[in-house]
Amino acid sequence: MNIELVKWIPWLPALGAVVCAGVAFAPRRVRWIAAPVCVLSILIGFLITCGIAGGIGYEDGTHQTVTVFQWIHAGTFHADMAYFIDPLTVLMLMVVTGVGTLVAWYACGYMKGDPGYARFFAAVGLFIFAMATLVMADNLVLMYLGWEGVGLCSYLLIGFYYDKPSAVAAAKKAFIVNRVGDLGFAIGIFWTFTTYDTMRIPEIIAAAQAGGVPGADTANIWIPFLFMLGAFGKSAQLPLHVWLPDAMEGPTPVSALIHAATMVTAGVYMIARLSAVFALSPAALPTIAVVGALTAIMAATIAVAQYDIKRVFAYSTISQLGYMFLGLGVLSTYGAVFHLFTHAFFKALLFLTAGSVMHALVGQLDMRNMSGLRHKMPWTCWLMFVGCLALAGVPFFSGFFSKDVIIVAALDMGLMTGPQGQLEAATVTGRLFGPGTLYTTLAVVSIITAFITVFYTFRLWFRVFWGPEEYFTGDEHDVALDHLELHDTDDGDVKHITISHHHEPHEMPFWLMNAPLCVLAVGAVAAGWSFIGGDWVEQMVHGRAGASHGEHAEHAMIMGMSTHTFMMIVGPVLAVAGIWIAAVYHLWDRPSGTRRAMQYRHVAFLLHDKYYIDELYDRAIVRPLRALAHVFDALDRMLVNGLIVQLIGTVPGMIGRAVRPTQRGVLQDYGLAMLTGIAVIAVLLIMAKW
Amino acid sequence: MELSTDMLSHFLLTGAALFVLGLIGFITRRNLIIMFLCTEMMFQGVVVSLVGFSQFHLNTTGQSFAIFVLTIAAAEAALALALVVLLYRHKHTLDAQAWSELRE
Repeated sequence: MNIELVKWIPWLPALGAVVCAGVAFAPRRVRWIAAPVCVLSILIGFLITCGIAGGIGYEDGTHQTVTVFQWIHAGTFHADMAYFIDPLTVLMLMVVTGVGTLVAWYACGYMKGDPGYARFFAAVGLFIFAMATLVMADNLVLMYLGWEGVGLCSYLLIGFYYDKPSAVAAAKKAFIVNRVGDLGFAIGIFWTFTTYDTMRIPEIIAAAQAGGVPGADTANIWIPFLFMLGAFGKSAQLPLHVWLPDAMEGPTPVSALIHAATMVTAGVYMIARLSAVFALSPAALPTIAVVGALTAIMAATIAVAQYDIKRVFAYSTISQLGYMFLGLGVLSTYGAVFHLFTHAFFKALLFLTAGSVMHALVGQLDMRNMSGLRHKMPWTCWLMFVGCLALAGVPFFSGFFSKDVIIVAALDMGLMTGPQGQLEAATVTGRLFGPGTLYTTLAVVSIITAFITVFYTFRLWFRVFWGPEEYFTGDEHDVALDHLELHDTDDGDVKHITISHHHEPHEMPFWLMNAPLCVLAVGAVAAGWSFIGGDWVEQMVHGRAGASHGEHAEHAMIMGMSTHTFMMIVGPVLAVAGIWIAAVYHLWDRPSGTRRAMQYRHVAFLLHDKYYIDELYDRAIVRPLRALAHVFDALDRMLVNGLIVQLIGTVPGMIGRAVRPTQRGVLQDYGLAMLTGIAVIAVLLIMAKW
Repeated sequence: MELSTDMLSHFLLTGAALFVLGLIGFITRRNLIIMFLCTEMMFQGVVVSLVGFSQFHLNTTGQSFAIFVLTIAAAEAALALALVVLLYRHKHTLDAQAWSELRE
């Protein structure tokens, strides 16, 4: 397939977004068209991606560039609307367009009846455009464009229900926290240009692989930290993770697409793409690993104490992103990207099934208000089960394979690092407390996190679908209740009426909403089986431009067996133990779970309240800023407005009052004025003559 | 006959005197018609200067321009008096002060 076709991957959804935006002004009868337009535009993008996937080279560093048009040419600053296609790009595109199509398909049914139906799909189309641009960008400026674009669409979609104050606040919070990261990214880009004198990514990677620009030591050390800040903001790592749980105010398809599968993985992608630059700074990669692991365990502990089913998955996403960053930090870009790939499938599946539950219960999200739903919603129950198994890392499901790679890499780094920090051969028997202690600790942390992950995942599943059947519906009237619509013949808009009766939860329509989930479930199971096709995921990641050859294939030895085998044993053990404990407290003997929670209620409150980080930010940052704003407002009103502006304003008035007496209304004054003027000119002329 | 510079200065002085008197009259008088008469006098002052220069340079340029000036004065007379009539119809007085509302 002609590689020039990749131009359409971002631009078709953009076109679709424009069409959807136009349709938003049309009467309701026509608005349904927005959905197929959006889904088709993304689906075509996916097909194009699959088409070119066969034609790209898998050898190290081969890539092709497709230029759409010349954009900025200023001296050495070249930033074109150009797309850089290498195996990593193709992998990311498959995730973006593939999961994007499925989520958009699901959203056709989920968003039915919502007055903002077309607006939703316009924003989703715009998002796919921005995300595809980000992933395919040939230069850092274009990548930043996509970066900002996905932030904008995230804002639009989180604040989709714009008359809900909590949604509006969440959208603002997401955008502002993202901005903090973006600042770091932007400064990093500026500095990269002054150091490498080019904006094009392939050239930067080549220069970095060759050891960087000579003499630019400070730049080499600090640029990765700036980029890292951007990645932390976009991918919700500590300390910039606070926006993601609040982002659950958006519609569930948004949570699935943007805050699970695609946008939040942009940070991981950016670091993977620029890994050659990160390798130049000795402290950067360990920092990423530490932050990733810390975020993973912190978010996992918080998820244990959340009652809102979407919040649980939100913190789970933060935690799994932490795993990806840990993978990046231990030089296992393969592990990180592989986990990104599998996570997209099972997390999207989990969010969408949670959305089905929410939809069925008219907006109810609190797991204390629902129980035993599996008879009413069998498909949703078992689809979510698949997702839960994948998330928990149960063997042969996708999550198991990808998490395995990361933890093994961490253990290897920990056990194989020699005294000078270099990697030694695998024959060195594992020292638990050697120079690589940091990594060993991180590996242990991530193993503990895996256990907690299993626990909170199955806590949710057991609570929602098992046990005695009882539920309290919510009160969300935006959710379509087809049998209760009244059509107004004038403008075709639907009037909703308030329901106060007990609405029966029912399964979602199959072809519209459950079918895409089945596809996702297949992915959640099989995405890890990449060894079937000759380990194609690993080939794609290692075949990217700028891949270093430091990612070793040998494993360290721990307790007499290779780390790989070690994890193959530990993984299933953890999974079984986690499920068993979750079953004890949430399936078989729920009162004992409540008793335990009461016993340790101070810990429970701490976890439920997210370690009070939001409150900390409020006290330390938001309130001082607001006070400062009041100070500046007073300054503005009194000094700038009062003194300076009004002072300057009175001057013309004074001049006017001075000149006014000359205008007496006497006719001959004009003649007199002319005479005076002529006299002055005559005098000047005569004086000049002398 | 060529004019000497002395004779020329006489001509110019006369012209200047006529012009200045007309100017002062225009500025000082309140009657619209008298104001107009003074502008006519200014014209005549210019004509005298022109004729004097014509005789000084011994060509007819000045005199032919003087004819132009007379023509223009006549045309202006027609216009000006028409305007005065209109103005009179509004205020029923020929006093220029009546129009002093055109001010701040």
